[in-house]
Amino acid sequence: MKHTHRISLTVNGRPVETEVEDRLHLADFLRRELKLTGTHLGCEHGVCGACTVLVDGRAVRSCLMLAVQARGSDVTTVEGLAAEDGTLSPLQEAFREHHALQCGFCTPGMLTSLTAFLRDNPAPTDREVREAISGNICRCTGYQPIVAAALAATGDEAIEGEN
Amino acid sequence: MKSAPFAYHDPTTVHELMGLLADKENAKLLAGGQSLMPMLNMRYAMPDHVIDLNGVASLAGIVETDDAIEIGAMTRQCDLMAAAPANDRFPILAEALTQVGHFQTRNRGTVGGSLCHLDPSAELPCIAAATDARLAIRGPRGEREIAMADWPLAYMTPNLEADEALIGIRLPKRTALAGQAFLEFARRHGDFAIAGVAAMVSLEGETIEGASIAVAGVGSHPIRLREVEAALEGEPANEATFKAAAREARGIEAMSDAYVSGKYRQRLTGVLVERALTKAAARAREAA
Ligand code: FES
Ligand code: FES
Repeated sequence: MKHTHRISLTVNGRPVETEVEDRLHLADFLRRELKLTGTHLGCEHGVCGACTVLVDGRAVRSCLMLAVQARGSDVTTVEGLAAEDGTLSPLQEAFREHHALQCGFCTPGMLTSLTAFLRDNPAPTDREVREAISGNICRCTGYQPIVAAALAATGDEAIEGEN
Repeated sequence: MKSAPFAYHDPTTVHELMGLLADKENAKLLAGGQSLMPMLNMRYAMPDHVIDLNGVASLAGIVETDDAIEIGAMTRQCDLMAAAPANDRFPILAEALTQVGHFQTRNRGTVGGSLCHLDPSAELPCIAAATDARLAIRGPRGEREIAMADWPLAYMTPNLEADEALIGIRLPKRTALAGQAFLEFARRHGDFAIAGVAAMVSLEGETIEGASIAVAGVGSHPIRLREVEAALEGEPANEATFKAAAREARGIEAMSDAYVSGKYRQRLTGVLVERALTKAAARAREAA
């Protein structure tokens, strides 16, 4: 027997009302039902961080939340970070500037995580940025350009290397 | 869609929750989901019913009473980290919580979820052991309270019946010693710790008045080093004393796994005990 719930929520500013199966997790809901495939699934058990989205402003792993639990919430995915007209956010701009992505698989999780992190910590140290993305795995960049982009987005120049 | 099918329930009161627990066979309680959701996704867990605790408002929150800090089971780890009354008394909470997963998982993860999942390397059960926490449990026979020492029954098995739920924990203020420190060793920040140590020390001048030491990640559940604690009492708070404590701590019974031998865990326990005691004593001096 199929167990379902009717849910309504806001995704990237757009109201959504639909029926979801109870067992559907939020990431699959965003990707399959809403076709917002910017949110990536790397592991589906909370390890890689690629699926990170903002739920009521808090960065969370969307593979570890049921779609039905997002009822009444305001969800922001990577597709919702740029302005309506496509203008990139300062963080996205800094990612482009600093080559903070190669294959791009980790990028949605990096951007959503860092968007929330920089909002709450507008002037972080290099070390704090590294800790903030310690739950986001990137297999391409070696992290240096990502850290550099995050620091650049705060207006600070990147500090080279680990310190 | 990876989880096996289940029916989702979202009670809003403890009363409703108890009704569901009494009614539904093969049910699982969903707290922050940072452990249960992976188990569902990988089909390690295949419950017929998932009872979501996130809507039970009375289960979340931190209250300071005359003699304790009471933490609701559904208090999120990020909220506990920022809670002033809890951290004024137990700064070890925030120190340990920064090492619980990552900020994204702490945004959902709860105190009760961590205690019920009871991963051997988890930080919060270790803190609960170090602070002699009391756990409030509700079931069809009413409420019972048990000591943290009686909570783990076996590897990842809490003292909780299928029709019961953890309501909250109480950290007695008298267990908060002046200097506190939590240290762990993991391969990468936020990973499961190979070993972790919570230490609290109170000093009378330069003499150790009392100490509490709990170890995570080494046994099947957090272990209090009561003999080491007793031996510290009345000793001078210096390097020789802490080295002796570390030697004794290495005698702890330790698990081996595919990556790390028991012997290594024992050595690591000694190192972390010495460092944590040194740090806690320094903080006790600062507080004096
Ligand atoms: S897909 Fe969610 S953390 Fe990896
Ligand atoms: S850019 Fe390829 S995984 Fe990060």
